[in-house]
Amino acid sequence: FPEVSHFVFCSGPGAGQDVGRSCILVSIAGKNVMLDCGMHMGYNDDRRFPDFSYITQNGRLTDFLDCVIISHFHLDHCGALPYFSEMVGYDGPIYMTHPTKAICPILLEDYRKITVDKKGEINFFTSQMIKDCMKKVVAVHLHQTVQVDEELEIKAYYAGHVLGAAMFQIKVGCESVVYTGDYNMTPDRHLGAAWIDKCRPDLLITESTYATTIRDSKRCRERDFLKKVHETVERGGKVLIPVFALGRAQELCILLETFWERMNLKAPIYFSTGLTEKANHYYKLFITWTNQKIRKTFVQRNMFEFKHIKAFDRAFADNPGPMVVFATPGMLHAGQSLQIFRKWAGNEKNMVIMPGYCVQGTVGHKILSGQRKLEMEGRQILEVKMQVEYMSFSAHADAKGIMQLIRQAEPRNVLLVHGEAKKMEFLKQKIEQEFHVSCYMPANGETTTILTNPSIPVDISLGLLKRETAIGPLPDAKKPKLMHGTLMMKDNSFRLVSPEQALKELGLVEHQLRFTCRVHIQDPRKEHETVLRVYNHLKGQSLIFSLPRVLKDYSVQHLPDGSITVESILIQATAHSEDQGTKVLLVSWTYQDEELGSYLTSLLKKGLPQSTS
Amino acid sequence: MAAHLKKRVYEEFTKVVQQQHEDLSAKKLRLTKPSKSAALHVDLCKATSPADALQYLLQFARKPVEVESVEGVVRILLEHYYKENDASVRLKIASLLGLLSKTAGFSPDCIMDDAINTLQNEKSHQVLAQLLDTLLVIGTKLTENPSVRMRLVEVACKHLTDSSHGVRNKCLQLIGCLGPVEKGVAKEVESQAAKDVQKIIGDHFNDQDPRVRTAAIKAMLQLHERGLKLQQAIYSQACKLLADDYEQVRSAAVQLIWVLSQLYPESIVPIPSSNEEIRLVDDAFGKICHMVSDGSWVVRVQAAKLLGSMQQVSSHFLEQTLDKKLMSDLRRKRTAHERAKELYSSGEFSSGRKWGDDAPKEEIDTGAVNLIESGACGAFVHGLEDEMYEVRIAAVEALCMLAQSSPSFAEKCLDFLVDMFNDEIEEVRLQSIHTMRKISNNITLREDQLDTVLAVLEDSSRDIREALHELLCCTNVSTKEGIHLALVELLKNLTKYPTDRESIWKCLKFLGSRHPTLVLPLVPELLSTHPFFDTPEPDMDDPAYIAVLVLIFNAAKSCPTMPALFSDHTFRHYAYLRDSLSHLVPPLRLPGRKLVSSPVSSNITPHEDPSQQFLHQSLERVYNLQHLDPQGIQELLEFTIRDLQRLGELQSELAGMADFTATYLQCQLLLIKALQEKLWNVAAPLYLKQNALASAAAKQILEETYKMEFMYSGVESRQVVIIHHMRLQAKALQLIVTARTTRGVEPLFGMCEKFLQEVDSFQRCFISELPHMQGSFVDKLLDLMPRLVTSKPSEVVKILQTTLRQSTFLHLPLPEQLHKATANIIEPTGESDNPLRFTSGLVVALDVDATLEHVQDPQGTVKVQVLYPDGQAQIIHPKPADFRNPGPGRHRLITQVYLSHTAWTEPCQIEVRLLLAYNSNRSKASAKIPKSTWSESLETLPQLENGIEGTIPFSKPVKVYIMPKPARR
Repeated sequence: FPEVSHFVFCSGPGAGQDVGRSCILVSIAGKNVMLDCGMHMGYNDDRRFPDFSYITQNGRLTDFLDCVIISHFHLDHCGALPYFSEMVGYDGPIYMTHPTKAICPILLEDYRKITVDKKGEINFFTSQMIKDCMKKVVAVHLHQTVQVDEELEIKAYYAGHVLGAAMFQIKVGCESVVYTGDYNMTPDRHLGAAWIDKCRPDLLITESTYATTIRDSKRCRERDFLKKVHETVERGGKVLIPVFALGRAQELCILLETFWERMNLKAPIYFSTGLTEKANHYYKLFITWTNQKIRKTFVQRNMFEFKHIKAFDRAFADNPGPMVVFATPGMLHAGQSLQIFRKWAGNEKNMVIMPGYCVQGTVGHKILSGQRKLEMEGRQILEVKMQVEYMSFSAHADAKGIMQLIRQAEPRNVLLVHGEAKKMEFLKQKIEQEFHVSCYMPANGETTTILTNPSIPVDISLGLLKRETAIGPLPDAKKPKLMHGTLMMKDNSFRLVSPEQALKELGLVEHQLRFTCRVHIQDPRKEHETVLRVYNHLKGQSLIFSLPRVLKDYSVQHLPDGSITVESILIQATAHSEDQGTKVLLVSWTYQDEELGSYLTSLLKKGLPQSTS
Repeated sequence: MAAHLKKRVYEEFTKVVQQQHEDLSAKKLRLTKPSKSAALHVDLCKATSPADALQYLLQFARKPVEVESVEGVVRILLEHYYKENDASVRLKIASLLGLLSKTAGFSPDCIMDDAINTLQNEKSHQVLAQLLDTLLVIGTKLTENPSVRMRLVEVACKHLTDSSHGVRNKCLQLIGCLGPVEKGVAKEVESQAAKDVQKIIGDHFNDQDPRVRTAAIKAMLQLHERGLKLQQAIYSQACKLLADDYEQVRSAAVQLIWVLSQLYPESIVPIPSSNEEIRLVDDAFGKICHMVSDGSWVVRVQAAKLLGSMQQVSSHFLEQTLDKKLMSDLRRKRTAHERAKELYSSGEFSSGRKWGDDAPKEEIDTGAVNLIESGACGAFVHGLEDEMYEVRIAAVEALCMLAQSSPSFAEKCLDFLVDMFNDEIEEVRLQSIHTMRKISNNITLREDQLDTVLAVLEDSSRDIREALHELLCCTNVSTKEGIHLALVELLKNLTKYPTDRESIWKCLKFLGSRHPTLVLPLVPELLSTHPFFDTPEPDMDDPAYIAVLVLIFNAAKSCPTMPALFSDHTFRHYAYLRDSLSHLVPPLRLPGRKLVSSPVSSNITPHEDPSQQFLHQSLERVYNLQHLDPQGIQELLEFTIRDLQRLGELQSELAGMADFTATYLQCQLLLIKALQEKLWNVAAPLYLKQNALASAAAKQILEETYKMEFMYSGVESRQVVIIHHMRLQAKALQLIVTARTTRGVEPLFGMCEKFLQEVDSFQRCFISELPHMQGSFVDKLLDLMPRLVTSKPSEVVKILQTTLRQSTFLHLPLPEQLHKATANIIEPTGESDNPLRFTSGLVVALDVDATLEHVQDPQGTVKVQVLYPDGQAQIIHPKPADFRNPGPGRHRLITQVYLSHTAWTEPCQIEVRLLLAYNSNRSKASAKIPKSTWSESLETLPQLENGIEGTIPFSKPVKVYIMPKPARR
């Protein structure tokens, strides 16, 4: 079969070389799949959602898309979902894992509240729309193969990152794509590492947030974090840890909780309420999605049922004595964390630990860059005397992790999304150099087409298969095997049948086809002597372990009528009519023996060895 | 031609089958004497359907078959086999054949031909596989016979082309287990085959079925285990298998690579895609390291484990395993470890981390960054960060083994091990602490590392804390601040967990004696002395103060200038502690007080330190006194025993020796006392009271001899002879006493005979030692042996009595090392006044926590005994998993004992103690009864238990207050 462009990929309305707003369109063997439907946190206008008119100008999305897959619950991967399904209009299936399905609506609702209730925007999706949208969601289990329709199937793999994050394999026939979403190759305190089997997809679409980073071991960071907290608490200071509600917050909670337990510490730990309690509830429920330690010990005690961590009350902030408080939001730009920060900033015994990245302009960014005097609203000046620490706890795979995943999955092509162009360029070069696979990095809205070399399955009857494999040496898994048969293409199916059956089915009469070939040999001797020499030559080929050894397995016979047979191939010698010194060897074979026949002819054409007798 | 031959062979074989078959049925009638086979035959004939037959066979398989009837049964089964059409029944028969040929004492060569013949006509792959399995069993029973093995291997090779994976699997297994191993056997045919075995197996490395590939690798490993030297050519094949799709293949391939790397460490292999060459062991190391980041955790564990045993690898490769180049936005970054080191060397320790502290430094050349770790790069970094704790533990173990053999690697891996102290799984933490302890000879802890180590002291798990104390005992600290830090943290630990007292003191003892020069500058501060003012005298009972003193006194031992810094009360406290905690406080030469020993002896090697000398002197004194008046001997013995016991208390390292000899002398004393009794001079029946003393003495001597034999580790055969000799004397004494006190001769006959048997077995067991025992009891006895055998009991007794009196007292040579097994129950403490209440008839679990020292094989010998007030005693065998091994020669038993009793009216105390079980007949213990092949039969099990002759209580009993309440209705 010639190489056919069977499979088109398009980097759709979002993602590409950009962080935030993930949205990718894949069309694989005629099926269209949308991967993630994210929003951009940085914009407040139309640009925050992907441009869905890109998919189809006229006509309904449902007709064009076969399914939508959401990898995990972060808003930059699912934020635009209600808008897409309810406001633009999509009625097809949406796939996500169980935890994602449970947590996603909470986040969407929260997001809606902030935009509509606080900022007062109109023309935004409503609570009802979120509910309606979630009704269209089909939840999948890990490693469960879901048949979207007869041809399209998807399968989820564990991705680490956040609770319920998954990588998806999309498969049509023998062509497949793996989409990773965000993933983490190193385990942390509450989640395991991403894992995929050797599924050898035609294309691997991987995120590349940390394309140019190789991170230090997590243990040092954890130890540092714990030491900092422990020292401050022992001194009698208060520790503020601004976090976002989901993800890192749970990891840090587990870390502190186990540390408190191990070290028998008594200082209280508080967690500002709100989203968190609901979220913790889901962490408790989806134990199978967490790491080995939590999974193995939950029978005795569910690690998310915190013993030392209690709900925070506004009044607690003024309590004397040491305490640790987790408060939202994570960048200290508003809300509870900022309030507490203002209360505690003046005491040098206290400490604030920023566990993640802070956007420019936020208080978090200011204090991290060393600013000690902050101007608050109302022209107040706040002097920061408390210690400021930075701990990076990121849950994305680093460059090594990405390479490791590629090694595990062994894809034929790699496509990088969700990263900065400059960094991706480096990774691309590395991938091509070390795996010898082609690597792509399309920009937003750009389409990449990848040629595949699909294998086409053909039905063969067991009888024929057994008969054909019985000939020659044992079948070898790694090498292709030559088989004889007739390929019949009928009603969109391919069948390999034996010639007899094909004849019967088609109602044809069998014709014998024989190839004959004449080989001229200079040999002054008598004909039967020539025959004998030829016979000895061939026999020698079969017995002596000389290089070709093709004839080893075949029986060479000298018949009384002066001809030689090699299996069913007949060789006869006659004297040339004009020149008695030249003998003409007639080689004749049926078309089934084409391979052997042509080999023999070429062998004889090389001439006979100088006779020794 | 070959094909023709083959055909002929087949034909002939089929013929043989037919004939044998007929023969069998004819023979059977003559043979079927055993009822078992007859019953089976009847059953099988009765069976109307395959299901029925299967049922009969299953029932039959539940009962064992005697050796004599095995052959008959096999014949019947075979007969039925040929008749049977149903594959499942044939399968069962085939498996039964295997089971039967395992029967102990049965030689399966007579059924081998039949078993091979059954293979010819078998169509079902499953049955075929089972038959091959049977052949494997037969082959393993007949390993001595090379021709049988050759034949079986040939059969296996023939079936290798089978299309079913199960059959090929079994064939490979068979070849692996039976393939010829020895090279250059005289016969050409054999050497031909021998050469081929590896090739045949190697060909199946590329089989299409992963199970067959695995079996092929396993067969190869099996050949290696049996002693065949594998060819180096396999290496490249095995390397290809590392990239296999299936985990079991990869896992086996890793093993194979490891084996080859151990066989040919120094051969040179080329690096693909370059023209360089490296040593094979390095290449293999790199490849196995690569597997540490495999997708399957089973392979990861396997790889991590094997890494530890690759000690020939060059240090360059070894150190790469800990290397991970960090970068951020393509700029080089330093790891936290490097930063910590730098901070430390710049003298600025423990500065707070600032934003951008870890800011990336120089730009990296993009071309030079190698993202896929080629070879060994970062293998351990990955292994230690793995998701599965099994992998992490394996990696820690491997680190330990490699670090033990390479000091420079030990230095490097320190940071990583310290990091593991914070692992989320306790087992991993514990393992890494133990590992650190094992390599601590090679390393010195930096202050920041020590800081991290000490932080773990607050851990709530006692195991962890104790392991850490153990670690600190043998750690080298580089600075005086380090020592101070350690002391402060240990004292903190002491206040938080007062139960750790002993362990902390011990830890400080070693810390002090290891770092005298570092402790010296700290002394004034620690003792809070002041140059001008007298400071208040600290409380002598304060455990923290004792801890400080233990540190200082042990440092002062090798630092003569230190005592000058002590204040008066310190000297007083020294005297007190030296006496009360003599195992923690060493003897010091203090100014103003004289040590007992002369100054000369202090300069000689510790081998002959004064206490050891004292021990020997006192022993020699005893041994030199052969013929003193009885009174004098007794007194001398009594004093010596007292001295020795005291010495044992004072000198912990001599305790075993001193106790051992004291016990021996005690036995001797008892014997002398018993022989001094008036009873011997007077007519027997009149002195019943006194003979009670003599027989009690005999009994006690017996007990003591068992203690001497089994409670001490390091007892050599020279001592064992003497112990046994003492026991023999005690038995003689017993015999004499019984002879004196019982009337009638009948019971004496048996006793005499038994005694003579014992003398005989003593002679047989210790024949080599007899020359050393001139003039002893047994020596004299053996001279008189011919007379004893023929004489009457009364005469025997007389002879015995005189020999006992005349015999000299044997010199007990002391072994190099002798340790007494001791046990100490930590929990329950026995102090609680609150009874443990539970409903009668139900059970309550009592946590028992004990430390055992110098107990060999505690899993087999240590038992817990519970004594109820009603005299009922219960002996509990703790599970093997309940024993931990925190250090050499030490064990920790943490177990639960279940108590139950009927209702009591008021709470009462029960006693819990530990027993050491012993088996006096050593030869019986070593020759274990072979396990029955019939897994269902359990009769043989109790026999093992019978060997135990007794138990020695070796811990102080602890009283526990319990109260079983009546159940409420």
